Amino acid sequence: MSLKQKTIDLKRRMQEAIQGGGAKAIEKQVAMGKMTARERIIALLDPNSFQEYDLFVEHSAKDFDMDKKHLPGDGVITGTGTINGYPVCIYAQDFTVAGGSLGFMHARKITKIMDHAMNLKIPLIGINDSGGARIQEGVNSLAGYGDIFYRNTIASGVIPQISVILGPCAGGAVYSPALTDFVFVVDKISKMFITGPEVIKTVLGEEISMEALGGARVHSEITGNAHFFAESEDECVEQIKKLVSFIPWNNTKKAEPFPKKTPNTKQFKIEEIFPSDARQPYDVRNVIKSIADDSDFFEVQALFAQNIVIGFGRLNGQTVGFVANQPLVLAGVLDVDSSDKAARFIRYCDAFNIPLVTLVDLPGYLPGIDQEHAGVIRHGAKILYAYSEATVPKMTVILRKAYGGGYIAMCSRHLRADFVFAWPTAEIAVMGPEGAANIIFRQEISEAENPEEMRKQKVAEYKKKFANPYVAAAYGYIDAVIDPNETRRFLIHAIEVSSQKAENSPSKKHGIPPF
Amino acid sequence: MENEKDTKEEKEVKPDFQKFVLEADTYKTLLSKKYLSRKKFEERDWGAIKSFIPGTIITVEVKEKQKVNVGERLLVLEAMKMHNIITSPIKGTVKKIHVKAGDKVANHQLLVEIR
Repeated sequence: MSLKQKTIDLKRRMQEAIQGGGAKAIEKQVAMGKMTARERIIALLDPNSFQEYDLFVEHSAKDFDMDKKHLPGDGVITGTGTINGYPVCIYAQDFTVAGGSLGFMHARKITKIMDHAMNLKIPLIGINDSGGARIQEGVNSLAGYGDIFYRNTIASGVIPQISVILGPCAGGAVYSPALTDFVFVVDKISKMFITGPEVIKTVLGEEISMEALGGARVHSEITGNAHFFAESEDECVEQIKKLVSFIPWNNTKKAEPFPKKTPNTKQFKIEEIFPSDARQPYDVRNVIKSIADDSDFFEVQALFAQNIVIGFGRLNGQTVGFVANQPLVLAGVLDVDSSDKAARFIRYCDAFNIPLVTLVDLPGYLPGIDQEHAGVIRHGAKILYAYSEATVPKMTVILRKAYGGGYIAMCSRHLRADFVFAWPTAEIAVMGPEGAANIIFRQEISEAENPEEMRKQKVAEYKKKFANPYVAAAYGYIDAVIDPNETRRFLIHAIEVSSQKAENSPSKKHGIPPF
Repeated sequence: MENEKDTKEEKEVKPDFQKFVLEADTYKTLLSKKYLSRKKFEERDWGAIKSFIPGTIITVEVKEKQKVNVGERLLVLEAMKMHNIITSPIKGTVKKIHVKAGDKVANHQLLVEIR
């Protein structure tokens, strides 16, 4: 054969492999409202930036007549490309080829691209759309999953790992996304569970749909497994692109700086969005928007444990991670879920050199038998652990109430915040004024001629004396009491002066966080 | 289209704020779905032996009025092809047996009462 003929032969082979499961299977995929694996990669990456590898990989199974079957690319597409010029390794399972099932060579393609990402020190994006293990390949498919999980764990905190669930992801397969940093789901398309509705029905006799068991909403609102919820695959693609713009390539780098932009303080005017009475609700996200560049706040886990708000923003072009109590929901208390949510985000930011900005406004931990029995001690401890352990620049702003254990947990001076600022509306105390007065002045109140009158008087007394930032400021627990409108200026200055921050933790293999 | 926008704006203006009391202080805030649907605590009755999985009773190994010790076999419940031996968590007397061999039982069904 001449070179020309060989090239034509190559093109023909490529053309065939690129078809995946063929026209019929693709039609089925589209009918389910889903994009094909190849379309997904192309939608996410910069135009013409995708380079595919291992297109001609064939499965190696022999049993159950598998040797007679040809599975193009073995059901997964792998390669490298760029997102906004930012290099990434990517794989996408192809549901049109044997249901995207994971066999030995399929897994090997994935682990190969994972090893690439680790060697090149660039983010890894995995698009999951798979029926699960390829049963015909038996223990080899289990080995494949194990090899992926191991790499996910080793890569954790070294390169950013993003999982996108665009179809079923069931059984052991769910543990790869669970081990990665961020999980994206799309309404009505994503499904994640360990045991599906059928098994649950036979074993427990309980009937439930896939959607109600492990749909996108369930994982965004109830379990907290997902970090980003989208209505459509297009929206999901935009969310991934936006996330990538906020995070660094790897743990030795800082996030790429962005052009500086001031926030829209006309729309987000502190005087209008913030009530000074600690018992009144407001949306803390508006306060974040009054501080962040371009009033742009990219929220993470927006639907889960809404009593705490986490997400990315920028200050003078540099990415920061915001953690803020949300007085709008449950008065902003810390509980099992919100502690869990915040702690993981704090550890993410710390691993990837993203400074932390904490906005404090909480009445403490949520009381209740359900909370105590759900392990609020163990889960609540996670947030203390995460803040204490974090060595990135830590800036804390106390907006209003900061009571009891909640005050300590929310990146206080005592957990080694670099800078603690307080608004004049801050109330730093062991508990709320009513509760405190009831205890401290119990005798005076009960012995008074008019106990209710006395109680009111004592509450007012306590409020005047302790419901302010000046007691804590007098001990130096707060570095400055600031005009709320100067918050951004103080934070930007704090970040500028902490750019060389180096904190030496004692040498250890690793700590033992209250997982 | 305009109607849709109107109702959306109205929702944003009137959130369903509730009174939320923590210690003695009252806060105005929204209550989350998860908080509202939290399970009420119930004291566990250790003498009420219930199935932990749906299945079939294979054998009942005690009789009513029989005295039993902690860890003594009460019955065998087959589920998922496994024979699960149900033992007594307390010392007492079998007050009532609610099932017999061959019965199909649902999850959380009362099987035996020990007092």
